Amino acid sequence: MNPPTNTASPALTNGSGAAALLSAGIGSFALAALAIAGDKSALIKSHLIFYRPTGPLSGVTTTAILLWLVTWAILEVRWQKKSVALGRISAIALILLILSIALAFPPIADLF
Amino acid sequence: MEITVRSLWTLIHGMGFGALYLLACSGAIVELYRLTKPSASAPTSTRFLNVYLITMVVLAWAAVLTGAYIIYPWYRATPPPGTVDLALFPQRLLMSSPSTIGWHSLGMEWKDHVAWFAPISITMVAFVFIKYGRDLKNHRQLRSAVLTFAIASFVSAGIAGFFGAMINKNAPVYGGYTIQLSHGEAK
Repeated sequence: MNPPTNTASPALTNGSGAAALLSAGIGSFALAALAIAGDKSALIKSHLIFYRPTGPLSGVTTTAILLWLVTWAILEVRWQKKSVALGRISAIALILLILSIALAFPPIADLF
Repeated sequence: MEITVRSLWTLIHGMGFGALYLLACSGAIVELYRLTKPSASAPTSTRFLNVYLITMVVLAWAAVLTGAYIIYPWYRATPPPGTVDLALFPQRLLMSSPSTIGWHSLGMEWKDHVAWFAPISITMVAFVFIKYGRDLKNHRQLRSAVLTFAIASFVSAGIAGFFGAMINKNAPVYGGYTIQLSHGEAK
């Protein structure tokens, strides 16, 4: 016999949570992808130097953070009052996060 | 007993923000799990965890921002041509020996980027928990994803913390004004 649970109908729609989740995955992936792009192309690398003492890391992180926050704001506006297909969205967000951590690992990043 | 300004900033970044964040992670993950599990019964307040998570967000961002904009420039500074003593240039010091180059080429290169997943993830986790509170237990998939991101944040910070400590052990960030902490006495 399963133990009793206290789950009830959610008071809030899942759209806002889904927006935060997916945008975090996108922001993380953007950071890893930009780091690889900057490492492989001298032109991109030079454009990513926003603050010279920190080098391209300043542009990689600033651009990824802006992309994350803008994506989050757009998705929040569109989804905050909706119920969305959270299974698919959370799977995409988690895949993006795992890919980001893997792509940030230098031996994997060097494969590109 | 004395410490340089650069060493002090490294301590604030690593031991102050980074280590405190790592310590806080385990507590946050346990509380997130406990307060939002489907069988959670007693309606306890979530205010404490809200404040706890906001503090973690501040710690995580403070750690990466001090790391990237205060300490990293000292780490990657280029020595003038002909410099023999590389003590003030940690990146070049690590790269000068085959036995230490990996701490830069693998350690710092990974730490540079993986560390940023911690503040991004924990900001999302804090936002979702503050917004949904105990109602999160009624959103099973969202709850699972939030817990996974919290664990990923812990792992990212752990990788960054480990390499930060080892890199600073092999090539400490020295220099700057020296602060006298105390005058030693011969015994």
